[in-house]
Amino acid sequence: MTERITKDMARNIYFGGGLFAILVFVGLTFDTVHRIPELSHADKITKSVVAGKKIWEDNDCVGCHTLLGEGAYYAPELGNAFKRLGGGNKEAFRSFMQGWMAAQPLSTPNRRKMPQFHLTPTQVNNLADFLIWTSKVNNQDWPPNIQG
Amino acid sequence: MKYSSQMVAKPYFIFALILLAGEILFGLTMSVQYIYGDFLFPELPFNVLRMVHVNLLIVLLLFGFMGSTYYLIPEEAERELWSPLLAKITFWVFVVAGVLTILGYLFVPYAELTKLTMNDLWPTMGREFLEQPTITKIGIVLVVLSYLLNVTMTVIKGRKTTVSIILLTGLFGLAFFFLFAFYFSDNMIMDKFYWWFVVHLWVEATWELILGALLAFVLVKLTGVDREHIDKWLYLIIAMTLIAGLAGTGHHFFYMGAPGYWLWIGSIASAAEPIPFFLMILFAYNMVKNRRIQDDNKIALTWAKGTAVVGFLGAGVWGFMHTLAPVDYYTHGTQLTAAHGHLSFFGAYVMICFTVISYAMPILRGRPHGNGPKSQKVELISFWLMVIGMIGLTLALTVAGVMQIEMQRMPDNAHALSFMVAQAKIAPVYIVRSLFGVMVFVGLLTYFYSFFVKDARTVS
Repeated sequence: MTERITKDMARNIYFGGGLFAILVFVGLTFDTVHRIPELSHADKITKSVVAGKKIWEDNDCVGCHTLLGEGAYYAPELGNAFKRLGGGNKEAFRSFMQGWMAAQPLSTPNRRKMPQFHLTPTQVNNLADFLIWTSKVNNQDWPPNIQG
Repeated sequence: MKYSSQMVAKPYFIFALILLAGEILFGLTMSVQYIYGDFLFPELPFNVLRMVHVNLLIVLLLFGFMGSTYYLIPEEAERELWSPLLAKITFWVFVVAGVLTILGYLFVPYAELTKLTMNDLWPTMGREFLEQPTITKIGIVLVVLSYLLNVTMTVIKGRKTTVSIILLTGLFGLAFFFLFAFYFSDNMIMDKFYWWFVVHLWVEATWELILGALLAFVLVKLTGVDREHIDKWLYLIIAMTLIAGLAGTGHHFFYMGAPGYWLWIGSIASAAEPIPFFLMILFAYNMVKNRRIQDDNKIALTWAKGTAVVGFLGAGVWGFMHTLAPVDYYTHGTQLTAAHGHLSFFGAYVMICFTVISYAMPILRGRPHGNGPKSQKVELISFWLMVIGMIGLTLALTVAGVMQIEMQRMPDNAHALSFMVAQAKIAPVYIVRSLFGVMVFVGLLTYFYSFFVKDARTVS
């Protein structure tokens, strides 16, 4: 088969196909960037959510957990933590988070350990608000069940 | 060695191999933590180990690519490197920046590190694979720029071949897409979207161009096949890479908050992503079949064929397993993802570095016909130890992934096991994974040993 293809033809496929692929990708990128604010409810990104995102990053939470399925696979998915651990109730989730973060690391022998991050109560609330916002992102109804 | 400036490649190769040893050791440590959660805790929490593990991988591959380029470009351009001195300076700058960053990860709590490096001025930290302090990221840009300058000037002033042009295209792409590491937004979904511009468009687009060019170079040298023929194959491979790989980025946009059309576009485009890897197998075996010279460096050819095959398995087969949106709905972010990541990075990118090193290193050490038979035999053993070890640990992670999906993802809310309970049930599989990991490390040590095997021929 390949005998019939010359080097020039192959090069044209590369340039033509490559250019086409780039144009399609750039086009879709513009559209996606345009739509993400609505899909992610960008209007609900409060100061507290922004602060929570920063705490998430500054402590490298993604080094163990996944968020919407992306990250490390050592610890539970947290994109839907609000629904799983807070039952969808803001106050309940915040108070769960206060207790949970303060209790780390758990003393259960040989259970995977989460470090103690020494966050202030306000910071924990910020983190909770960030996870509440994340849980509401329109992401095609993933994960399949509450366990994430 | 035709040009004395090719010698600058040597420290790059050696350092890449040292980093690989470190990478595997950290991987092994993490695999123990997967079984015994208290291991090395709280001194070295999992996220720190993982950060070091993946950052070492990225940096070792960059060193490998740079060394390979510095070896290849003078020979392709038929002239000395534009500035061997700059290549040496770049090496040391990159070494110091890399080592300091890794030490920072290990000895400073990450939150402290963000303060210490003034991350707030331009927050780029705390994202998977891009954990480096902003200052390190700027350092990487400077290193890559000086490297690109050096290589580009050499090509401009010398002979231009398809291999060197495609390599340069890949390298410019690498540099360009890294710039998205500096993007940040208060909206996590925007962050995630552009994050893939670095991650996916590196490993599933621009790096494949680099991989193709390096593989073609080694095949030209070892088989003596006509360049017209090799160039044609290379163009076909990278054409398919771009056609499938760019829109194929969509397979990461299924469930992270991007529009729903990516479910279709990502599935269809990325279903074609195995094609360039399959072409690479045909390419390698075809060139070997039609070879015009019998090079004594047989092991380099083994690595070249191995890269094509294991790259196809890891990136092609293991990638395809979960690239269709309805499948990924259940597999997204499970151990199956880890299985794919391990075999694809090893098969495609670590192995191409081994290929170039196995070809070039004997020449740099004054053995133009490759290492002696004894040394090659040791290296062949190391090849199989590493390849079987990696495939074994990938299979173990695949089993772990399937178990996780069955217990945690497939059942409904009432019956699904929690993440931690499911993980506890998978523990025996993680032991198997660790054992195969040890095998990989033994393979690497065997590889190191092959450098010191004394052969009658190499002495004469």
